[in-house]
Amino acid sequence: MKNKYSIFSLVKNAFSYHENWQRAWRDPEPKKEYDAVIIGGGGHGLATAYYLAKKHNMKNIAVVEKGWIGGGNTGRNTTIIRSNYLWDASAGLYDHALKIWESLSQELNYNVMFSQRGVMNLAHNLQDVRDLKRRTHANRLNGIDAVYLSTEEVKKFCPIINTSPDIRYPVLGGTLQKRAGTARHDAVAWGYARGADEMGVDIIQNCEVKGIKRNGDSVEGIETTKGFIKTKKVGVVAAGHSSVIANMAGLRLPLESKPLQALVSEPVKPIIDTVVMSNAVHAYVSQSDKGELVIGAGTDDYVSYSQKGSHQIVEGTLNAILELYPIFSRMRMLRQWGGIVDICPDASPILSKTSVKGLYFNCGWGTGGFKATPGSGDLFAHTIANDEPHKLNTAFNLNRFVSGDLVDEHGAAAVAH
Amino acid sequence: MFIINCPYCGERDHQEFKAGGEAHIERPKQPTELSDDEWAEYLFMRKNIKGVQFERWNHAHGCRKWFNMVRDTSNDQIILTYKMGEKPPAQ
Repeated sequence: MKNKYSIFSLVKNAFSYHENWQRAWRDPEPKKEYDAVIIGGGGHGLATAYYLAKKHNMKNIAVVEKGWIGGGNTGRNTTIIRSNYLWDASAGLYDHALKIWESLSQELNYNVMFSQRGVMNLAHNLQDVRDLKRRTHANRLNGIDAVYLSTEEVKKFCPIINTSPDIRYPVLGGTLQKRAGTARHDAVAWGYARGADEMGVDIIQNCEVKGIKRNGDSVEGIETTKGFIKTKKVGVVAAGHSSVIANMAGLRLPLESKPLQALVSEPVKPIIDTVVMSNAVHAYVSQSDKGELVIGAGTDDYVSYSQKGSHQIVEGTLNAILELYPIFSRMRMLRQWGGIVDICPDASPILSKTSVKGLYFNCGWGTGGFKATPGSGDLFAHTIANDEPHKLNTAFNLNRFVSGDLVDEHGAAAVAH
Repeated sequence: MFIINCPYCGERDHQEFKAGGEAHIERPKQPTELSDDEWAEYLFMRKNIKGVQFERWNHAHGCRKWFNMVRDTSNDQIILTYKMGEKPPAQ
């Protein structure tokens, strides 16, 4: 039984100079066989394991991770959480996640620092205005909070934005989702890992998957750098490397993996208390609790697994940031990095069974998977445990690329691709 | 950032180019006879290889011609470029 984190445990551990905290999860060697194995120890994978154990009573399961948990895209994203997507299927999926976020810290007994500071999306041309108004109406019909703001209201909500009409792409308005916000990305992975571990889930780090063993049309197990693991159910939550795993199983996915970049500035005093996103000029910015500006840049247009992006992508984003926020003109950038995102042709994810029995994929989140972490884990766990999708992820099956029933969310995806 | 050798113009900065995805995907010869599965395969399914991959690129801000490229996607190293219509080099 794990010690509960509380003000009392904090005080108690202060007396021993915080040197005697219990470790948050074990570091086990893999068993020979599990009821299910999750490939990928990021937020989505750990959340899947957590809900498999918690809601579906599958405790003899493992998460295998080639590096360390939360070291991939979970630790590389810009932590934005929102659910203002256009279509009913997406609204259901992302708002399911947002509802779980609202009580996640309490549920996990782990402070994920969820902060509902609001997310504002700006319009810079007439088409943006029409699209955002349409999306606001669609959101409200789906019970998602959304309001359309005039230029003056944008300025009032975030005074440092340059709303002058004579900039290259003037701000013509925007939308605001007040329930949206940010969370601490590492804490999400660690909280789910701690919760899953407590229920008996083996989290196996530094264990790379080398092959998927099939017996005809069903899964028999996985080959890893720590040996063969027998299992009848494999859930792949490998983000940018989903196609690599699919190729091992002899499947093809409608994905392209591309570098997505982000950067942070030097820490400064609080200056922006919300998240502002701008699709058209490609600039989005928020401020971390440490004071750094967290800036999301775009994807490169070529396939790459190198976790590096092109310089001109960062340059383009900073140009836009400077025009919208002249106050940042002398800020210095501290760090810049890239992550590999798996992009679907319709900018919507895949949470689905496959033609191979016992093999499930949770991928295609593209540039915006972090926000969905809890909902994705919950629905994927349901799909694996019941061998059937939950009604909220039925639309996100792999077969939609055959039937043509796509969920086109290019407009609501923050990064144009 | 890297330098790309356009088969028509020679070495130019990467910013002049646009990536066009996987190369050598042949358009179906008789589209009317294709099943939905075959359409999905042609339209959406991609190899998305980590390693050496064949790609199409366009010299968008140059000669505007399309060409093919062999590139290692694990480290972004360009192995070679060749003109459209030429046979891919033996693997």
